[in-house]
Amino acid sequence: MNIIVCIKQVPETTEVRINPETNTLMREGVKSIINPFDMYAIEEGVRLKERFGGKVSMLTMGPPQADSALREAIAMGADEGFLVCDRAFAGSDTWATSYTLAGAIKKIGAFDLIICGKQASDGDTAQVGPGISTHLNIPQVTYVKKVEEATDKMMRLERMLEEGYEVIETPLPALLTVVKEINEPRIPSLKGLMRAKAAKITTFTQKELVLDPQQIGLCGSPTQVVKIFTPPQRQGGQVLKGEVADIAAELVELLRGEVN
Amino acid sequence: MDYLLTEEQKMIKDLAHKIAEEKIRPVAAKYDVSEEYPWDVLKVMAESDMFGLFIPEEYGGLGTNVMNLCLATEEFSRACGGIAVCYAASALGTFPIVLFGNDEQKKKYLPDLAKGKKVAAFAITEPEAGSDAGATKTTAKKEGDYYILNGLKHFITNGGDAETYVVIAMTDKTKGARGASAFIVEKGTPGFTFGKKEDKFGIRASSTRELIFTDCKVPAKNLLSKEGMGFIVTMRTFDMSRPGVAAQALGIAQGALELAVKYAKGRVQFGKSISSFQGIQWMLADMATEVEAARALIYSTARMVDAGIKDVAKASAMAKMYASDVAMKVTVDALQIFGGYGYMKDYPIEKYVRDAKITQIYEGTNQIQRGIIALQIIKELAK
Repeated sequence: MNIIVCIKQVPETTEVRINPETNTLMREGVKSIINPFDMYAIEEGVRLKERFGGKVSMLTMGPPQADSALREAIAMGADEGFLVCDRAFAGSDTWATSYTLAGAIKKIGAFDLIICGKQASDGDTAQVGPGISTHLNIPQVTYVKKVEEATDKMMRLERMLEEGYEVIETPLPALLTVVKEINEPRIPSLKGLMRAKAAKITTFTQKELVLDPQQIGLCGSPTQVVKIFTPPQRQGGQVLKGEVADIAAELVELLRGEVN
Repeated sequence: MDYLLTEEQKMIKDLAHKIAEEKIRPVAAKYDVSEEYPWDVLKVMAESDMFGLFIPEEYGGLGTNVMNLCLATEEFSRACGGIAVCYAASALGTFPIVLFGNDEQKKKYLPDLAKGKKVAAFAITEPEAGSDAGATKTTAKKEGDYYILNGLKHFITNGGDAETYVVIAMTDKTKGARGASAFIVEKGTPGFTFGKKEDKFGIRASSTRELIFTDCKVPAKNLLSKEGMGFIVTMRTFDMSRPGVAAQALGIAQGALELAVKYAKGRVQFGKSISSFQGIQWMLADMATEVEAARALIYSTARMVDAGIKDVAKASAMAKMYASDVAMKVTVDALQIFGGYGYMKDYPIEKYVRDAKITQIYEGTNQIQRGIIALQIIKELAK
């Protein structure tokens, strides 16, 4: 089974602070990590490879330092890494990102399965996975919490819902996004780390990929960030005092006032 | 302080740190109470190749390297001295085979130990033979293709949970220390059983049991080196393993120091963080300096061992003695900084005091270490 796992390098969010004057993330000195949800995607990819054979290819788009995220995944058992890296891709929103990644996947070649984390911890959109499947015109199953059965032609999956789960069968190739309930990511091995250090990472720039220049980077991104703000802190509520009957009447008056 | 670690050493240290923080620290208190053997944690260490750090490459390890063993043991011990010793004691049981095993013995035992499929233990101590190893009573009598072992070993770390044991027994009592020999004994050998499991003050995640030999038939081919080499095997093994015990003490001290600094920063009295008080600051400064001095001594010793320098007994003894004395002092001071909270089991620091104490005792008490150091410096001066 040939599996492509898409990951994103993100700032370690517990450490991120917002500059109150410019309302932008203060990225200086903040450690970059693999998006925590993507760790489950890597683990599931490696587990499926261990069960069915084949290989796991890692794919990410980002600046040159995203190389370290690919190596970390290789240390966990992935076989190879592809880094989509070009200034032309800077400023991509989820549309342009998924379009570009789909282009990279076509370049990597034949695959049976694509796995993504359910969403990135920085953008929180959960759109890139489904976007890739749409650009590639393959089925998608989001929020997968368990692989019940898998062959080289199909998969039966448990898809998490707000209350309970649904069982979905899909033909392959397909794209899955996974939730943290699916597994417990392993700690890499020393031999894996050594292999990762020596591994060759293939870089794709714009000229290696067949892409419509109008659909990449900032100009290919229909999303516009109009304003970034921190929501005002919630103020304490109003406490009514007195006899219950009076309070009830007063409350009704206040609520009427809110409605009008 | 920068010890100019190689890329590989940094990789080992970082990986051990990750295992310690993600897999050991969350379960340290649980195993301290339950006294169960932490197989789940050892499995993670095994899958991360940590048991290969003290085994040659040709037998499935990553090369016997005491410095690497020390780096891993230190990181594990920062989170739990008890779980760390399960790991380090397997190294102790493995070294005699690495140092003195013939090719057949190495091929048979080392690959499984390198993969962490099996855990090892070393057995010399007896009820009446602690530091006085010459008083060993366990006997091994040759009968045909076997040695028949009889006797009792006690306080054996990993006893009962290990699969592979190196046991010291007397093949010729008339020769005293020169009449001892070392044997590889597998768990399950007829006549080899386990006695009581000790209820310990500290390092409670590790198992400590009696080994009972009753007409235990050990194949003659399991003799390590030659008859009469038992104490040489022991001494050379301890030269290799003492930096590891020292690293265990260092890790416990480092872990306690980190907890104390963090607590001191957060604890407010008289309207201020107690870390702003000079009384606390001076304690922390002394603790940090002593921990660093211990580290420098251990790393230097480990590098000497790895460089193949023969006479490491004095340096090994110094590292083990100093680091364990520092661990005791630093953990007690760390508890003091925690005040009344530190005395309560709800806080992690009292366990560090309990775990530290054993490092002054096992693999030669610190009094024995001082004896080794003193004899050596007197000998050197007499030259």
